[in-house]
Amino acid sequence: NFLTKTILGKLDIEKCLTSVSTGGSTLLGYIGIDTIIEQMRKKTMKTGFDFNIMVVGHSGLGKSTLVNTLFKSQVSRRSAGWARDEKIPKTVEIKSVSHVIEEGGVKMKLTLVDTPGFGDQINNDNCWEPISKFINEQYEKFLKEEVNITRKKRIPDTRVHCCLYFISPTGHSLRQLDIEFMKRLSHSVNIIPIIAKADTMTTEERQEFKQRVRKELEMSGIEFYPQKEFDDDMEDKSDNDKIREAMPFAVVGSDKEYQVNGKRVLGRKTAWGVVEVENPNHCEFAQLRDFLIRSHLQDLKEVTHNIHYETYRAKRLNENGGLHPISSSDTQESNL
Amino acid sequence: MTSNIRYKSRIPVKTEDSTEEKQYVGFATLPNQVHRKSVKKGFDFTLMVAGESGMGKSTLVNSLFLTDLYKDRKLLNAEERINQTVEIIKHTVDIEEKGVKLKLTIVDTPGFGDAVNNNQCWKPITDYIDQQFEQYFRDESGLNRKNIQDNRVHCCLYFIPPFGHGLRPVDVEFMKALHEKVNIIPLIAKADCLTPNEIKKLKDRIREEIDKFGIKVYQFPECDSDEDEEFKQLDKELKECTPFAVIGSNTVVEARGQRVRGRLYPWGIVEVENQSHCDFVKLRNMLIRSHMHDLKDVTCDVHYENYRAQCIQEMTSKLAQDNRMESPIPILPLSTPDVDTEKLIKMKDEELKRMQEMLTKMQQQMHDKDQ
Repeated sequence: NFLTKTILGKLDIEKCLTSVSTGGSTLLGYIGIDTIIEQMRKKTMKTGFDFNIMVVGHSGLGKSTLVNTLFKSQVSRRSAGWARDEKIPKTVEIKSVSHVIEEGGVKMKLTLVDTPGFGDQINNDNCWEPISKFINEQYEKFLKEEVNITRKKRIPDTRVHCCLYFISPTGHSLRQLDIEFMKRLSHSVNIIPIIAKADTMTTEERQEFKQRVRKELEMSGIEFYPQKEFDDDMEDKSDNDKIREAMPFAVVGSDKEYQVNGKRVLGRKTAWGVVEVENPNHCEFAQLRDFLIRSHLQDLKEVTHNIHYETYRAKRLNENGGLHPISSSDTQESNL
Repeated sequence: MTSNIRYKSRIPVKTEDSTEEKQYVGFATLPNQVHRKSVKKGFDFTLMVAGESGMGKSTLVNSLFLTDLYKDRKLLNAEERINQTVEIIKHTVDIEEKGVKLKLTIVDTPGFGDAVNNNQCWKPITDYIDQQFEQYFRDESGLNRKNIQDNRVHCCLYFIPPFGHGLRPVDVEFMKALHEKVNIIPLIAKADCLTPNEIKKLKDRIREEIDKFGIKVYQFPECDSDEDEEFKQLDKELKECTPFAVIGSNTVVEARGQRVRGRLYPWGIVEVENQSHCDFVKLRNMLIRSHMHDLKDVTCDVHYENYRAQCIQEMTSKLAQDNRMESPIPILPLSTPDVDTEKLIKMKDEELKRMQEMLTKMQQQMHDKDQ
């Protein structure tokens, strides 16, 4: 039904109002339809958000630290501190950990999916397969819930909304593994490439590297988020164009604070100065955070639901000429 | 050079005393004579650099030797590198300083560790090192030994990425494949992205893992007991500092009123030659100013001898298998310094063969005739 759909999707009040007026009757007086936004807001605040973010990149690129910095809390499964007692796993593992964080009355259940072992072996052939499999499994789970006769009120959403891919700051170009991974997965999940440990490069080196990386991504036909084909309208396109031009963001993460010019800032202290994480002259962390959390968080979920998930669903429906539950372990039988 | 000063201090000063004159033979000047001769001859040194691309190897080499060896290098992008295998590229440069000539050869290994599947990616490198040993072995056993060219690799700088938490599987495998063929000096590359604490932890971790995996990296020789305290202290500091965390730079920046080699960041300036910023100076001093000769010695006395012993052993066992006892002494591969004589020998061989064939034919004909 119309109202429920718009709560989950983008609400366009203008469209609603014009359709009413072109229907024949002009509005006489104030009805109060626009309060729906407030009602929506109240509801979502009560129910809270789910957000699932995956981090991919070989070990040591600061993935856990960056996520902790982004959400200003210890959300990664590694505890604070640098010491790492775990060995590099022999195959790629998928490890999820969830936390509920709250801000301004809004609760968010943040799930971080880590992929230790990716790219760390001598032979990394097909190391992207466990990751691809995991992503598809989440779509499958959601699909099964959706086709049930008695559906849950709110289907638990474990689908990966965003995959942060960490590029090693060599200063030269992308590595072959980077291209292989992004080529294969950019059609099933939103990939946001970022340049890790950006304090390795001077400002000049960073710009050159970014340009080279962007060119390589283009040449390989890798569509990272925000994808051009999903821009809704001109306004979206112009906003997203600006972001696409600035990507991949070169970031530095830190969970330690230092005193700089009388202020306490998150940073990394070296013998020659303090790298300030949130200083736009030092690195692009603030840009990434604003983009990821403050402006496009909801859009990431929508693109995952409306596009990636739908693609998966359509594919599955076309297989076997209809949807039957795949795994025999599932007792629910449903036929469409 | 430090070695100079040390030798000089040992020469006894000739006094006016005639009894001393009688006892003074004069061979204490030998080191000086050796020194003069080697200065005339010049030195050569072959240094190999290995590690993934983007570790700053070229920049470090340029910083160490104050050259620009890689001016015309073109960096390949990922698509172009898909089918690239590990290559071996040599750059040679002649450097002269205060009358001393050095022929420096840098062996570069582009492509190492860059592919998705890096199985055995060190094989071209071990093959190259073995080839140089083999070449030297042949030359040494040959007839004309006057102008043997020593292309053996004296030292391999291995660049470990600073982004990891210690040694990666590829690092361990590489070093294990090479530690008995060449002097390996592991370095932590691009150390300016680490805080001092992180560097310390990484160094400890790497040292631990090197022990754990039984990797034999180049060991600094022990100080002689008669060295002065200052030298001993420096030596101790050097040993505790490994693996060196280095930074290189091709650019000159202005720092603290001076023009130095460095990297300019928005948050500060990293000076390559500042000991509190990185271990570049320690590496340079060790590599060039104090241990260059020792590196060559260890290559000759240990790695090459190992190779040679192995080679001879293989040959004798092969001969025993073939059961050919033409000579009691194992036959060394004769080097062929002269292409012309080889051709001549070949010609004569063929002539002999032909004559033998003719002889057997004639014998056959006579035999048939008889019948």
